[in-house]
Amino acid sequence: MSEMANNKSSVQGHTSNVDSEHYLHMYQQMARIRAFEEKVNELYTSALMPGLAHLYIGQEAIAVGVCEALKIEDYITSTHRGHGHCLAKGASVDRMFAELLGKEAGYCRGKGGSMHIADIDSGNLGANAIVGGSAGIATGAAFSAKHLGDGRIAVCFFGEGALGQGLFYEVMNMASLWTLPIIYVCENNLYNEYTHYSETTAGEITARPEAFGIHTETVDGQDVRAVYETMNRLVERVRSGGGPVFLLCNTYRYHGHHVGDIDRTYYRSKEEEQDWKTNRDPLKILSRWLIDQDLADQNIFDQIEVEVKAEVEVGAEFAINAPYPDVSEVDQHVYAE
Amino acid sequence: MSTQSSNGRELTFGGAIREALAEELRRDPTVFIIGEDVAEAGTPFKVLQGLVDEFGPDRVIDSPISEAGITGIGVGAAMTGMRPVVDIMFGDFVPLTMEQMVNQAAKVHYMSGGKLKVPMVLRTTLGATRRSAAQHSQSLHALLSHIPGLKVAVPSTPYDAKGLLKTAIRDNNPVAFFEDKLMYQLKGPVPEEEYTIPFGVADIKRAGTDITIVATSSMVHVALGAAEILEDAGLSAEVIDPRTTYPLDKKTLIDSAIKTSRAIVVDEGYERYGVTAEIASVIADSAFYYLDAPVKRMGAMDVPVPFSPALEDLTVPTVDTVAEMAKNLCGRT
Repeated sequence: MSEMANNKSSVQGHTSNVDSEHYLHMYQQMARIRAFEEKVNELYTSALMPGLAHLYIGQEAIAVGVCEALKIEDYITSTHRGHGHCLAKGASVDRMFAELLGKEAGYCRGKGGSMHIADIDSGNLGANAIVGGSAGIATGAAFSAKHLGDGRIAVCFFGEGALGQGLFYEVMNMASLWTLPIIYVCENNLYNEYTHYSETTAGEITARPEAFGIHTETVDGQDVRAVYETMNRLVERVRSGGGPVFLLCNTYRYHGHHVGDIDRTYYRSKEEEQDWKTNRDPLKILSRWLIDQDLADQNIFDQIEVEVKAEVEVGAEFAINAPYPDVSEVDQHVYAE
Repeated sequence: MSTQSSNGRELTFGGAIREALAEELRRDPTVFIIGEDVAEAGTPFKVLQGLVDEFGPDRVIDSPISEAGITGIGVGAAMTGMRPVVDIMFGDFVPLTMEQMVNQAAKVHYMSGGKLKVPMVLRTTLGATRRSAAQHSQSLHALLSHIPGLKVAVPSTPYDAKGLLKTAIRDNNPVAFFEDKLMYQLKGPVPEEEYTIPFGVADIKRAGTDITIVATSSMVHVALGAAEILEDAGLSAEVIDPRTTYPLDKKTLIDSAIKTSRAIVVDEGYERYGVTAEIASVIADSAFYYLDAPVKRMGAMDVPVPFSPALEDLTVPTVDTVAEMAKNLCGRT
């Protein structure tokens, strides 16, 4: 579907030009991510999944809208809240679950886990458990793309919490100086872990990339059509040598910082959470629009939900039954040949 | 010991570094240099002088003063088909790169289950007694030697510097390459013909029978000076240069200690928790029953490097202090 997305790069915000099949595909991708994350929650709370789990539920439109505008060979870097990015860029549910459970069939042979999934076959250079840690990697990938002239671009996904890291400003400066083909996608889900971003972020977020002369746009991160159409324009600009861009996506994290973050009332209200879930849910926004446009009916969405849930069940079952890596793997891959 | 075939050709240590970089830039179009003042300035030490003229500003790239940023860009570029040589002017600035080196570069291959690689070199410096004070004089190679996933080279001669740097650039792993600032003008034989030096192979810089002195980088020359003094005192010292702290050629060190029955380890990094501790432990573990004395360690004094020459000179091992320690170990007080 990424190829198809690219072929639509002539679309300039006129949604009627985009066929409903592609939006249904985006709906399916968002529904797949949500079903995946709900299963992660279940596996984690039933002690089948070790470690930490940071759920992407609520933010699905960003990963999907961004990745649908990319080619499979374009690079992304992701974050600790990265399952959605991996799936949207092309990872499969079964091998994702296998990685989350530490199994050999996982994308990283079980050695990376939830916060380190990398899948070079889909251009994913890895999730990263250091907040802001992948900014250099993504910018370096854009550097390679430019110097090798291979036509790729890089997307750096990060949360608004990463705006506190100095590395970002160092590499945005160089990306702008050297006209690197990179899109910095900031997902502002309002909370740096357990602290509202307004308590940690002086001035306007967009003023920061703008200070480096980086073209900056803001989009409703709950509206996958808006994200996708904005990205299409930005991808074209970046791929044709226009230099780096910064896309601020306003969004919301439905669950806690991680699965164990249950009691959240000390930093945000239940009313606030409910308001986003009821009125600004990315799946509801897209399905309502498609129904309003007579491009789909509810049956289609019900069917998609059944399908992705079945896929997720099969994938999780595969992972649960898959073998762990052999103990001999513990000191393999420390160094490359 | 391994430089006989140079046919009289000599280069400075800095010249050998420059020649290695030029040869690799010529050989492989994915190699590039990035750092502060690396292009027209050729670095403050002039080691890179002229490279930008041959290879252009797209491959010898002047960067902002952003050590973490250029290291991060190096990591990402290395993961996607390039072979960056990141120039970190002073070893004291390595701490600014540590997040990228320790959490990113060192772990990418393992965390990806062997799918991603980081063929990157971080070139930097070490060494005190240049009157540069506490933030421009440290030898921090132990910090990076500690981290699984990284390799660390500490050459002591122009010949070794050239051969090891070419190996570092061709290696598919992140390599930290430490050059003593005071050795850049040191001359030594370097053959015209192409060569590389494998990592993890120590070099016996001077053969001897009474005591082993394991020394790294600048301290190799201190050890060789001490060996001269010891010779006058009738003691035969064997000087061994591991050349890389990781991978470490344990066998050569252990075999020498078994042969001589005494060992001193000399390194310019801080003594505590340092390179000397690791190597002394390796020798003590495997040569214990052959030793006639405890393995001694001589590193930099555990103080921030002072500015005043009167104080700074007290902080590093010298020819005299190493010779004195060796005599003590051999019962010649």
